Amino acid sequence: MATIGIELPQVGESVTEAVIGKWLKQPGDAVEKFDALVEVVTDKVSMEFPAPHTGTLKAIVAAEGDTVPMGAIIAEMEVDSATAEAAAAASEVQANAPAPNRVGTLIQGANVGPTGGTFKDTALEEQLANRIPHASPASDSVPNTAQTSGRTYSPVVSRLAAANGIDLATVVGTGRGGRITKQDVQAAIAAWPSTTPAPAQPVTPAPQVTQDGPVGEDRILEPSPIRRMIADHMVKSVSEIPHAWSTVEVDMTGLVACRTAQRQLFRQRHCADLTFLAFTAHAVARALRDNPLVNSSWEDEKIRLKGRVNLGLAVAAPDGLVVPVIHDADREGISGLAQRIAPLVERARSGSLVLADVQGGTFTLNNTGTLGSVLGGAIINHPQAAIVTTEAIVKRPVVISSPGGDAIAIRCMMNICLSFDHRIIDGAEASAFMQSFKRELEAWTVDSELN
Amino acid sequence: MAEMTVIEAVREALREEMERDPTVFAMGEDIGARGGVFLATEGLLEQFGPERVIDTPLAEAAIGGIALGAAVNGMRPVAEIEFGDFVWPAVNQIIGEAARVRYGTQGRRTAPLVLRVPYGGGVRGGLFHSQSIEVAFSHQPGLKVVAPATPYDAKGLLKSAIRDDDPVIFFEHKRTYRLVKGDVPDGDYTIPIGKADVKRTGSDLTVVSYGLVLHYCLEAAATLAEEGIDVEVIDLRTLRPLDTDTVLESVRKTSKAMVVHEDTKAGGIGGEIAAVIAEEAFEDLDAPVKRVAGPEVPAMPFSPLLEAEFMPSAEKIAVAMRELAGY
Amino acid sequence: MTDADLLEMYRTMVLSRTLDQRIWQMNRQGRAAIVASAQGHEAAQVGAVRALDAERDRFYIYYRELTTMLALGITPLELLLGFLAKDGEPLSGARQFPLHGAIDRDRRDIVSFSNVVATQLPQAVGVALADKMRGEKRVTMAYFGDGASSMGETHEAMNFASIHRLPIIFFCENNKYAISVPISKQMNIESVATRASAYGMPGIEVNGFDPVAVYEAVGAAANLALSGQGPTLVEAVVERFLPHTSDDDDTRYRPPEDLDGIRDLDPIPATEKILRASGALDDALDEEIKSSAQKIVNQATEDAENAPFPEPHDFYEQVYAPGSPGDQS
Repeated sequence: MATIGIELPQVGESVTEAVIGKWLKQPGDAVEKFDALVEVVTDKVSMEFPAPHTGTLKAIVAAEGDTVPMGAIIAEMEVDSATAEAAAAASEVQANAPAPNRVGTLIQGANVGPTGGTFKDTALEEQLANRIPHASPASDSVPNTAQTSGRTYSPVVSRLAAANGIDLATVVGTGRGGRITKQDVQAAIAAWPSTTPAPAQPVTPAPQVTQDGPVGEDRILEPSPIRRMIADHMVKSVSEIPHAWSTVEVDMTGLVACRTAQRQLFRQRHCADLTFLAFTAHAVARALRDNPLVNSSWEDEKIRLKGRVNLGLAVAAPDGLVVPVIHDADREGISGLAQRIAPLVERARSGSLVLADVQGGTFTLNNTGTLGSVLGGAIINHPQAAIVTTEAIVKRPVVISSPGGDAIAIRCMMNICLSFDHRIIDGAEASAFMQSFKRELEAWTVDSELN
Repeated sequence: MAEMTVIEAVREALREEMERDPTVFAMGEDIGARGGVFLATEGLLEQFGPERVIDTPLAEAAIGGIALGAAVNGMRPVAEIEFGDFVWPAVNQIIGEAARVRYGTQGRRTAPLVLRVPYGGGVRGGLFHSQSIEVAFSHQPGLKVVAPATPYDAKGLLKSAIRDDDPVIFFEHKRTYRLVKGDVPDGDYTIPIGKADVKRTGSDLTVVSYGLVLHYCLEAAATLAEEGIDVEVIDLRTLRPLDTDTVLESVRKTSKAMVVHEDTKAGGIGGEIAAVIAEEAFEDLDAPVKRVAGPEVPAMPFSPLLEAEFMPSAEKIAVAMRELAGY
Repeated sequence: MTDADLLEMYRTMVLSRTLDQRIWQMNRQGRAAIVASAQGHEAAQVGAVRALDAERDRFYIYYRELTTMLALGITPLELLLGFLAKDGEPLSGARQFPLHGAIDRDRRDIVSFSNVVATQLPQAVGVALADKMRGEKRVTMAYFGDGASSMGETHEAMNFASIHRLPIIFFCENNKYAISVPISKQMNIESVATRASAYGMPGIEVNGFDPVAVYEAVGAAANLALSGQGPTLVEAVVERFLPHTSDDDDTRYRPPEDLDGIRDLDPIPATEKILRASGALDDALDEEIKSSAQKIVNQATEDAENAPFPEPHDFYEQVYAPGSPGDQS
C-alpha cells in the first residue's frame, strides 16, 4: 500500500487552472477507478473528474472553491504498490512530454519564388557568401557632451531620483554618452548605505575575513559593487555635510520592564516579537514629528522639511548594509510597528527587499547597541539631516534624585547618539529633538498599555 | 488683395495655372458644364473649352489612370475625385502606380499630376460624404500630400502642386469651402509644399493641426489666452513630407505638444507626429504628447447630434489644451 | 508584306524563342528569379510591331511581351540583365520585375509601370489623350491578356477612349488561360473582340499564329487611330505553350489533352515552312539564323552573368524629383 497524489489533469487546450467544486467522495471512502471523485469547473469546461485509480481517498488537498493550476495535487489516495509504481512511471512520462512548439522552426532549403513556386536563389547565395560585411555605423565613441556636461535627465530618472532623495549629480551614468539610466538610479537607491554595519536583532556575526596567505603579507580584497557604492556614499556624506554630534543618556528601566511583562501576550496576540526596535522606532518617529527640522534635507541651498516621517532602519543584509524604510512611522502604534518591522527585516536579511521597501526614507535609526557599542558617531545617510544610534542597554548604578534626597539605584541605561547636519540644525534643535526622543522612551512603565 | 473663400481660392489658382501653362488641364465628374458640385471649376469650361475641361464618365479608376497616363506623356492634369469617399477605386492607380512611377523607372518617366479631393465632415454628409482619408496617401512614399486650411494657403499650395513634378494629392476640407474666408493676394504666388505654418505663436504648449479643425484650434487658443494660457498653433499644411523641423522647434520651446485632427485617432497622422516628437525631442518634453482626434467608429453618422459627437470642436479642444497646460 | 519582311519577322521570332528557352534554364539554375515565356505568342507580337512605327508610336506592354521588346530593338543582353536583376538593366535600375519600368523616352516609348493586371489600360488612354491634346499623330498600343479583359479598369479605359476617339489600339493576346483560370471561367462570350461593340468601337479577332494576319489587323487599327477615328480592339488568338510563369505548375490544372497538338500550331516552324515554300529561306540561311541567335544569346548570357548587381548607394534616389520637398537622396 502506498499513498499517491492525485493531480488535476489538463482539461482543455488553453485552460491553465480550474476551480474545485463539490467533492463527491470523502476521506475514508473506498474509490473505484472511474468513480466520480470531484466536480471541476473551468471557463470552458465543467466536468466530473473521475478517479484515476482504485483505492481509498485518504485526504483532500484542494478544498471546494480553491483555484488550482493544472497538474497540482488535489487529493491523496491510498493504493496498492503496483498501482503506485505505475502512477509514478506515468507522471514521469508526462513530465518529459515535450511542450508544444508554438513558435515554429525555420526549415532550411524550403525555397519559394516571387509568386509561389520553389525558386532557389543561387545568385543571391553567391552574393551573400562573397559579401564583405558592412561596417556597422560607428557607435557614439565621442560622448554626447550635452549629456555629460549639460546633464539632462529623462522623465523616469528625474521621477525616481526625486522620490528617493537621490542627488543625480552623484550618480554614475552607464548609458550612452555617460547618461544616467533608470537602472543607474535604481542601483543608487538600492545601495543606500548607512553607518558602520550593525544588525538589528538578533545578532549576526560579521563575516570572517580569514587570513590564508603567508603570514605577515598584505592581501587585496576586491570590493563588490554594493561596497563601492557604500564607499562613495560615505565619502559624499562626510565631504558635503558638516557633521556635529550629541549624546544623551536614557533610562530604559521602565521600558525594559514593560517589554518583559508584555512580550508573551504580545506574541500570542500578534504573532510577532515585541522588540526593542519597535519601541525605539516608535519613540524616534514621534520625536521627529515634533521636531521637523531634524526630519529634513539640505537641497539646492535650501532646507526641505519633509512632509512624512519615513523611518529607515539599518539592517545587515547578505550583500551589505541596507536601510529598509517604515513609511509614516509616526502614525503607527507599537504593535503596528512591530508587525511591520518583522517582515521588513526578514526581507532585508534574506536579500529580497523590493524597491518600495527602500525608497523615500527621511531619517535613519541604527541599533548599534546589539553588538555592545555604548557610544557611536554614525555617518549621516545623505541627503538626510541626521541619524541616531541606540547603543547597548547596560545596567549601571545611577544617582536618582527625589524630594527625600539622592540615592543610588541600578538602572538600565542606554545612550542615544545623534549625528546631525550643522547647516540645518544647531545644538539647541539637536538637544530638543534628543530630549523628545528620551521622553518618549522613558514614558514606558511596567503598567503601560501598548498601543 | 481680395477676400475670398477657400473654394474661390481653389478656382482662382486653377484658372491662373491653366492660363499660364497650356499643359495644365482639368478632368473629373461634373467639373465642366456643372462647374463642379462645389463650383470649384465654375467658369473654366467657358474659358478653356472642353478639350481642357473634361467631364469624365463615372469611373474613378479611369480618372486616376488616365490622369496618370496624361501626366506621364507631358501634360499636367488636375483631376478631381468628387468626394474623398469615392477615391478608393482610384487608389489602384494613384497609390499603387503613380507613387511608384518615378522610382520604378528610375526617373525615366514622371507623373506630375494633381488629384483634388474634397474630404471631411461636419456637413451632414453621413458615412459616405464625410470621410477623412488622408493617411492612406500620406503613408505612401512617392506621393506628396497637401491639406490647406485657409484661402491664402489653398491658392498658393494648389499652384505649387500643379507645378510640382511629382503626384500631389490636394485635400480640400469641404466644410471650409464656404465657411472660411480670408485675404488672398491677387496674381501669382506660391506656397512651398513641405512647410508648416505657425498660425499663432505661443509659449505654453504646441498644438499641431490641419484642415477644418485648425480653425477650431485657433478658437480654443483665443479662449485659453483669456485664461492666461499661451498656445502656439501650427498648421501642418503638408502631410507628406511632414515639416518636422517646425514642429520640433516649437516643442523644444514649449515642452508640451498636442496633435488635433478630425481623422480617427488610431493610425492617424497624430501618431506619426507623436512618434517623431518622442524620437527627436524626448529630452525637451515636460508632458506626454496628446492627441485629440476622431472617435473609433467607421465613419461620421448622419444625424446631427451623432455627427457633433464625432466632430472635434473648439470646446473639446480647449478642454484638452487646459489639461495639457496644467500637467 | 514582302518576303524580306516576313524573313525579318522570322529572324526575330527565332531569336525570341532561343532567348525564351535560355531564361527558363536560368530560372531552373537559380539565376533568374521569375520568368514569363512568350512561347506561342511570338508571331502575334512580331506581326503587331511590324504594323507600327517603333520611333513614332508608344507601347504600353505587360509581362509577356518578350518578342515585342526584341522587335522594338531592345537587345537580348539588356533583357537578360533585367531577368538577372543586374546593374545596367534598361527599364528600372533593377527595381522592378523583368520587362517592367520604362525605356529611355528618346530611345523608345516602352512602358510597363507595374505587374498589377490591366492598370496599363487607363494609363495608355491618358497617354493617347495627351497626344490628341497636343495634336501629335501617334498610335498608343495597349497590350494585355484575356484575364485583364475582365478587370473593371479595362472597360473604363475602352469607354473613355471611344468617347474621345483617342488614337489607341487595345491589343489582347488571348492565350485562353489567366494563370490557371481557363477562358470558360473568365467570360461568357466566345471572343474578347466582341466586347468592342459595347464601347462603340471596332473589334477584330485574328489568328495570332499568323504574323501576317496580325500585321494586317493592327495596321488597319493604326490607320483608324492616326486618322482620328478612334480606338480599335484587336484580339490575337494564340496558345500558351508553357505555364504562366516559372513559379507556375500547369500540370495541376491543365488537362494533358489540352496540350495535345498545340505544338503543331507553333508559328516558328509554320513560318519557316512558308518561307521555304516561297524560296526565301534555305538550309544554309536557316542554319545561319538559328546559330546566330544561339551565339547572340550565349554571349548575352555570359555578359549578363558577369555584370554586377546594383549596390544600395542610390537607394533613395528618384522617390521624388531631385531637390524637391521629400527628396532624401
